[in-house]
Amino acid sequence: MRIPILKLHNYLLISIQIDLDDQTAIQFQEDLLSKIHESGATGVVIDLTSVDIIDSFIAKVLGDVVTMSDLMGAKVVLTGIQPAVAMTLIDLGIHMQDVPTALDLEQGLIKLRQELEE
Amino acid sequence: MEFQSCVNIKKEWDIVGARQLGRDVARKIGFGTVDQARIATAISELARNIYLYAGTGKICFEAIDDINQKGLSIVAMDDGPGIEELSQVMEDGYSTSGGLGAGLPGVQRLMDEFDIQSNPGQGTEIKVIKWLR
Repeated sequence: MRIPILKLHNYLLISIQIDLDDQTAIQFQEDLLSKIHESGATGVVIDLTSVDIIDSFIAKVLGDVVTMSDLMGAKVVLTGIQPAVAMTLIDLGIHMQDVPTALDLEQGLIKLRQELEE
Repeated sequence: MEFQSCVNIKKEWDIVGARQLGRDVARKIGFGTVDQARIATAISELARNIYLYAGTGKICFEAIDDINQKGLSIVAMDDGPGIEELSQVMEDGYSTSGGLGAGLPGVQRLMDEFDIQSNPGQGTEIKVIKWLR
């Protein structure tokens, strides 16, 4: 299973709408980095509105992809983390403090624009 | 509503299958969205541990329906290599697989009761319970 990555001007948009298994998550990590490389995108929004569980592995993959993209010069914002997912992550002891987040896709795009203009 | 169902963990996709079944069982028992997410996440961590460290094993669910308390009991068991140092695996950040080391201490915080039995060479059995409030 592959997660579609859409290009919008200088941005890449991803909406994860499936229950992520480990393989799909790793594949997504690779796909996103190649797409950043190909497209020269400077900003990425990963929308998690439809994701109802993030365990420690998926959290690690998401955290890593933010750092990896940053190394390549693209800023990533995670958006739409559900209340139940946020509570579960803190119970797990995963704080994701260095990861930029926003309430929804719209706020995420605003945040990207601000960060990239600075 | 007393039932027991088990999921075999053999391949990576079984991790997703186990947590989906667990979430369904939790919903039927009457857990809210947040506790459903906690239970599904705990199952995901337990199933991944089986897959990563033991290769195969199973996870069983049982609804607890006593007069004064209701809940969900989950048992994860395998015949893998077992755990040498139990106190180490319960430490946050300890991992031998390059993960976050959030798994078992995380499961303990997500659930209400946590019991682990493991001896080197004899596999591991972890029993957790979430009570319905």
